[in-house]
Amino acid sequence: MTDENAGYDEWLDAIDDGEGYFYVCPEGHGSLPPRRVCPDCGSPELERTPLSETGTVETFTVCYVAAPDFADEEPYATAIADFGDVRLTGVVRGIDPEDVSVGMTVEPAVGTNETTGDDLLALRTR
Amino acid sequence: MTGVRVAGVGLTQFGRQPERTGRDLFAEAALAAREDAGISGDDIEEINYGNFMGALAERQGHQAPLMAKMVGVNCPATRYEEACASAGVAVREAVRTVRSGEADVVLAGGCERMTNLSTADVTEGLATAADDLFEIRAGITFPSAYALMARAYFERFGGSREDLAHVAMKNHDNALPNEYAQFHREITVEEALDAPMVADPLGLLDACPVTDGASAVVFVSDEYAAANDLEAPVSVTGSGQGGDNLALQAREQLAVTPATERAASEAYADAGRDPADVDLVEVHDCFTIAEVLAIEGLGFYEPGEGVGAARRGETTASGDRPVNLSGGLKAKGHPVGATGGSQIAEMTRLLRGDHPNSEHVPDATVGVTHNAGGTVASAVVHVLEVDR
Repeated sequence: MTDENAGYDEWLDAIDDGEGYFYVCPEGHGSLPPRRVCPDCGSPELERTPLSETGTVETFTVCYVAAPDFADEEPYATAIADFGDVRLTGVVRGIDPEDVSVGMTVEPAVGTNETTGDDLLALRTR
Repeated sequence: MTGVRVAGVGLTQFGRQPERTGRDLFAEAALAAREDAGISGDDIEEINYGNFMGALAERQGHQAPLMAKMVGVNCPATRYEEACASAGVAVREAVRTVRSGEADVVLAGGCERMTNLSTADVTEGLATAADDLFEIRAGITFPSAYALMARAYFERFGGSREDLAHVAMKNHDNALPNEYAQFHREITVEEALDAPMVADPLGLLDACPVTDGASAVVFVSDEYAAANDLEAPVSVTGSGQGGDNLALQAREQLAVTPATERAASEAYADAGRDPADVDLVEVHDCFTIAEVLAIEGLGFYEPGEGVGAARRGETTASGDRPVNLSGGLKAKGHPVGATGGSQIAEMTRLLRGDHPNSEHVPDATVGVTHNAGGTVASAVVHVLEVDR
């Protein structure tokens, strides 16, 4: 099975280059690629918009029982961070998982899954 | 449009039975439902079969025709997949088919074989109900997804792990007399709080178990029930379904479940009922926080008020509106693709008076079932009413 995901891969590369983006429709709904129309209103007019450099942790969990692809990460923190018109879900890096807190400032980055060696979306503490 | 009645229900034991094939589990439940209904297999016109991860657990796709022959009938059979709401949508389509007059007799239910897999493989299999690109790659498991919702709930509305422990204790108490339940074991709030953490803030006793099992329900038209002199006092009077973004991050809010609200409002309107009419409820409590989100989404509590309902005794067996008298997914068990049918079977038994917990609700006439898929990206709600 190829693990290429057109649209998503380019988006992750852009985050790695510090040029993250999201889509916004004329109604102001944010979304992420791959996307042909706005998920909220169906508008095809999606404008590529720079992603905020920082986001705020809205909720998080510390996972102690991982799926096989994260076996070497236990325990690890996954957070959902608010970036304005979109939220991102990522593995929190740069801090002990048990020290993560709601309201913490994070920046999107590309990290490495320690188990599989694959790229993943990381939320790095400042 | 005809009325739809539950003519018969069937369940297997829920629990660890890793050696049993999915086909044998479903056959047991379906044959029991047919016997309970007192109908001939020849009269079954369609089978709607719920299953989520059979391709992973048993390397078996294309399961529905296999199941029809295991029940010994020659009729079209279709598999429905909507993660943990698979049997819920199978039931909903059966109700719609009978209502429309397309068929007089439809058998719906589902099956899941899970404990033949390792915990890690089950965790991976269940996680496929989440968004692969935006959630699974960030290490989301099902416990961690509900943990994200639980923390978001606590942050927004308050509530505590102790409140959730009361939900777990209540559902274990309810499962005690249920012969089909996986757990027959009382737990205390302290035990729930002290259990190992799975995904903070949810511990092992906040989570439903991994379960093998099957469910089946025979739905018939009013005319068929009358013509065949069936004893079928329970009717399905309302049905609704709602959807939402698969990934939590794309939802407007993280501590409410609009898919449940949409499914409930459609089902209540269909039945001509409102939440105040409902006497008892079976909800999708795959995690303790999920019961809280469900009873709020179904309109029994304002957002933020449901978390203390079990602690206050309002949803216990002796409360004003008991929730999950079967033991729920939490203690009865959660064979994923069977759960939506199991809820209809349990609600039917509770309303007919032949459930061990019927004694708690002798005058109940209106019951609601709520089956959810993923982190409630799918929700199915049914209203059941009994002739009294």
